Amino acid sequence: MCLGIPGKVVSLDRESDVAEVDFGGVKRTVSMHLCPEAEVGDYVLVHVGFAIQKLEEEDALVTLELFKEIGEKILESEI
Amino acid sequence: MNQKSKTSEPEIAEKLLRAIRSYATQNFSFMEVCGTHTVAIFRSGIRSVLPKNLRIISGPGCPVCVTPMKEIDEAIYLVKNSNTILATFGDLMKVPGNECSLLEARARGAKVKIILSPMDAVQLAELEKGSKVVLFAVGFETTIPAIAVAIKEAFRRELKNFFVLSSLRLIPPAIESLLNSKKTAIDGFILPGHVSVIIGTKPYQFIAEKYNTPGVVTGFEPLDILQGLVLLLRQKTESRSKIEIQYQRAVSPEGNKKAVETMYEVFEVTDSQWRGIGTIPKSGLALKDKYSSMDARKFFDIPEMSAEEPAGCICGEILQGLKLPPQCKLFGKRCTPEDPVGPCMVSSEGSCAAFYKYGK
Amino acid sequence: MTNDKILLAHGAGGKLSAELIQKIFLPVFDNEILNGLEDSAVFECESGKLDFTTDSFVVKPLFFPGGDIGRLSICGTVNDLSVMGATPLYLSVSFIIEEGFSLNDLEKIAHSMKTTAKEAGISIVAGDTKVVERGAADNLYVTTAGVGKIADGINLSCSNAAPGQVVIINGYIGDHEMAVLLARGEFSLHSEIKSDCAPLNGLVEAILKTSGKVSCMRDPTRGGLATVLNEVAEASGVGIIVDEDLIPVRQEVKSICDLLGFDPLYLANEGKIVVFADENDADIIISAMKKHPLGKNTAIIGRVVEEPKCKVLLETRIKGHRVLGLLSGEQFPRIC
Repeated sequence: MCLGIPGKVVSLDRESDVAEVDFGGVKRTVSMHLCPEAEVGDYVLVHVGFAIQKLEEEDALVTLELFKEIGEKILESEI
Repeated sequence: MNQKSKTSEPEIAEKLLRAIRSYATQNFSFMEVCGTHTVAIFRSGIRSVLPKNLRIISGPGCPVCVTPMKEIDEAIYLVKNSNTILATFGDLMKVPGNECSLLEARARGAKVKIILSPMDAVQLAELEKGSKVVLFAVGFETTIPAIAVAIKEAFRRELKNFFVLSSLRLIPPAIESLLNSKKTAIDGFILPGHVSVIIGTKPYQFIAEKYNTPGVVTGFEPLDILQGLVLLLRQKTESRSKIEIQYQRAVSPEGNKKAVETMYEVFEVTDSQWRGIGTIPKSGLALKDKYSSMDARKFFDIPEMSAEEPAGCICGEILQGLKLPPQCKLFGKRCTPEDPVGPCMVSSEGSCAAFYKYGK
Repeated sequence: MTNDKILLAHGAGGKLSAELIQKIFLPVFDNEILNGLEDSAVFECESGKLDFTTDSFVVKPLFFPGGDIGRLSICGTVNDLSVMGATPLYLSVSFIIEEGFSLNDLEKIAHSMKTTAKEAGISIVAGDTKVVERGAADNLYVTTAGVGKIADGINLSCSNAAPGQVVIINGYIGDHEMAVLLARGEFSLHSEIKSDCAPLNGLVEAILKTSGKVSCMRDPTRGGLATVLNEVAEASGVGIIVDEDLIPVRQEVKSICDLLGFDPLYLANEGKIVVFADENDADIIISAMKKHPLGKNTAIIGRVVEEPKCKVLLETRIKGHRVLGLLSGEQFPRIC
């Protein structure tokens, strides 16, 4: 029920509580009202034009490594 | 996000699938609650590779599917007045009301505007001072805080022509209602990723503690879902019942406190009607007194709409995971995406639409 | 012309109509046949197969990144002729114009049509203009029709796909529809995406010049790649399996699709061609395509199979599969 897309904050207007967010080359103005802690350069999860969570870039990038790790651990212990 | 190293994705998927197969030594029924999961599971091809003894059933987390037809009719009634503009998310356009859908109403000249954000409705009210703008507010906890912010903004700007037709619902009470009814055998839950970004995991603890059923908050990429299934199966094998987070990159146990605070600044909990299921206590939201002047149901004189569901439609049973779409007599015959009877066929996330599109 | 707007009289067949022809269409489209100003175009042609097609264009907005309604109207018909293996020869162009339309814009569109026609090596030899009252049309509609010559020995058809063939596409899908959608300004999304609108007859010529056996070619316009694949599967009574990982989609298009809840496989393209060819000839065909400016990102995306008949399957990133059916109605932006 929730298309939430990650994007990178490229500029921030604290007064109006909005940011310009880049989604893989596509830019959109996003409200930061629900995610006030995000800074320029941070990744945020966006739903209906609102940032709803700050994402740790490291987490996003290592996800595949995490998957691999969990997959292997399970196989080691189970099979 | 730059996390895709495509050459290794199938390898990892294969590892996770092997783990799933090794754990799934008996029949299990897992319910995925969120409509976006319904679609993701089909689109990713996961259904085609899961072992046959693993049954994935869809739950009531499709906001379009659970919106009673009378609420669609209320929206259509409002736009019959040429001075009213209905601002709605695109998801609702094709859902049939008693007479027609919003799409058909628009074709007949009604002012229906598709918005991507609730703030678009506020902007619209600002621009169209001569018209009344009604935000058709449909959604769960992922969307509700954004709607609350928009309402607060409209209030701040003193927009006298901005109204809200509220059709907002909460997920945890719906899950409790399903478990309480004991009608559906559910061995575990794939919990909604983005609802949980907002509410965290505390609201789900009752699933594990009261009903001894595990739940895993899962993301929407194919690998997320596979990993979520591994974690659920691992719990079953170890006879544990806990609420775990697979979607750790976005979900924390505390959720987004500011979002939740904002929600309850504007809304208060009420009972709510869920299409095909009935009334679920404390599962809906109504505008608080401070904002009641924006309540479309209070401002406009909307007549009482019929609550009858079309004959033969079993969307309710499908939303509770009691039946699968192909078991509906109307499925694929009288009820198709082009000519739908119930919302589960029309909604982009509806179980019936997904089965019809991807499963033939 | 003393005013800068289209008047009803411009479509009435009188003085203003003649002015429009003399001042815009003749000088811009400029060719011997059209300059003759006969009631219809007469031309010689060799014996053999001809192909003939028509198409209407109602795109909004009229001007968008990468093209405009003029370019689109020429490419649309040229491409429909080309995918049957024809050399496009002559086009006709009809305008339905709303009263009050800018003459300046009409001239721009005519020039764009001429430029595109030149690119494709064809002439616009017949035309018509009608003007309707303000409000009776949305700015401008264009209809083009075209005729082409199919050389002996060329026999392409959507019923010719068969197991043992591969499916090839010449580049990224979804660019056109996304460029047009964003140009409407309804969604406050900003991107550098341009329409891929281009005449494909040069690329088709390059493909047919190779010794590769091609059974069928289609251009995936409205309804996108998925629709064209379904049409061929149905007409040929075969199955088609495509690999999600191999279908070229730009990151920006993926992002917009994620944001709006669209599926790139159903998005319109105006400069793309899907080629069904014998798998043994894939290499030479792809090599020839890659040498052409419109084929730099050519890729094999799938294969034709015996079963399941008349169905298209998508092999997903995790090597599962799902049915890729026809689109039901239009895609709407969604939040869920």
